Amino acid sequence: MTPSRLAFATILAKDLRAELRTLQSLPAMALFAVTTFVIFRFGLDRTSLSGSLAAGVLWATLLFAAVLGINRLFVAEREEGGFDAIRLAPIDRTALFAAKAAALLVYLLVLELIVVPVFALFFLDSAAALPPLAAVLLLADLGLAATGTLISSMAVHSRARDLLTPLVLLPLVVPLMIAATGATEPLLTLGGPAYDRFGTWLAVLGLYDLVFLLVGYAVFDFLLED
Amino acid sequence: MSEAAVAVAGLRRDYGERTALDGVGFELAAGESLVVLGPNGAGKTTLLRILATLLRPSSGEVRVLGSRLPGEAWKLRGRVGFLGHEPLLYRDLSGRENLRFHARLHGVRGGRAEARIEALLAAIGMERRADQRVAELSAGMRQRLAVCRCVLHEPQLLLLDEPDSHLDAEGRELARALIGPGGSRTRVLVTHDPERALPDADQVLRLGIGGRAVTA
Repeated sequence: MTPSRLAFATILAKDLRAELRTLQSLPAMALFAVTTFVIFRFGLDRTSLSGSLAAGVLWATLLFAAVLGINRLFVAEREEGGFDAIRLAPIDRTALFAAKAAALLVYLLVLELIVVPVFALFFLDSAAALPPLAAVLLLADLGLAATGTLISSMAVHSRARDLLTPLVLLPLVVPLMIAATGATEPLLTLGGPAYDRFGTWLAVLGLYDLVFLLVGYAVFDFLLED
Repeated sequence: MSEAAVAVAGLRRDYGERTALDGVGFELAAGESLVVLGPNGAGKTTLLRILATLLRPSSGEVRVLGSRLPGEAWKLRGRVGFLGHEPLLYRDLSGRENLRFHARLHGVRGGRAEARIEALLAAIGMERRADQRVAELSAGMRQRLAVCRCVLHEPQLLLLDEPDSHLDAEGRELARALIGPGGSRTRVLVTHDPERALPDADQVLRLGIGGRAVTA
């Protein structure tokens, strides 16, 4: 057997190289998010947001931008024979799950590096909330990466994958979004970040991540069977 | 007497209500070549995909290189070279990058991988085009790279589904040196060109419509 770490690194490096070369996912995700912020800014007719409204605008935008990347995550594997190549290799197939989730995590982190400053510029009075917000983003991204990878690997076999991914994914990430907005809301209150129940929400996010990473690890091998 | 490299008995595979293979059986010793013939839809590709562990049989006994399928498929992976209808190459990577990717997945690394890749690219006449993205290559050149991918990890068993597809005369001769008969490698070859394949065959399996073995 090829060591799982080597298989993981090989698949992840392949995905990142292909994305860097083709820019098929990240620019679309970033453009979608920035455009949505512009729509919110003019639609709400507000130059400043705080509390639950700010958290809702941020997470709804990030979630739908993430769906664009999740939809494309396994397209090369499906259309160019990557699934067969990986099934023929002497590797633990969960390395594919881990590598795809890691690739999606990288996409989400890069997306947020671009669009969260834009969000702050459009809607926040100060950048004081951004450092603690990074912890929320990281934990929520991990959960989105685990769930998104799992759903994408199933939906990619369907001709209606563009429809199927959001239909199955969105209900599954409702708890994640509740926790993410719950943790974000006090950080974006007027007058600077507060930390009411911040730790509790982070713990909920961590628990969600753990559950879906374990589910992915447990079932992914079966999803690759014919 | 040594164990057969491939032993199949009563193999059946259904796709829903359609039967692709029905009661297929044969035994192939190590180093032998089996040529599989039959009309379109006779289940030739299905047979190869089952032997490659890419499909599960619906029923029947399948033993490949000592591993019983599908239960012991994990033992077999990495010992089989599979060349199917798709080249299994990523279009946005170059030929060389694709071969490095497959080499690493099969545990071939570092200088050994580089030496093997260069030798194969030279053998198939692709060394000057190996840094082009696969999307920019012709179907014949992709097939040449797929031949390299198939033998990169020095498999004991080759499963070849119309390996000459898209290849010109030169390509066919170069590919023959890599995946043709000879040596200790066992081969199962699906072809629509019996004139070229039969002289090298130790056994012939003819499949009819519905996946029944006509002769073995």
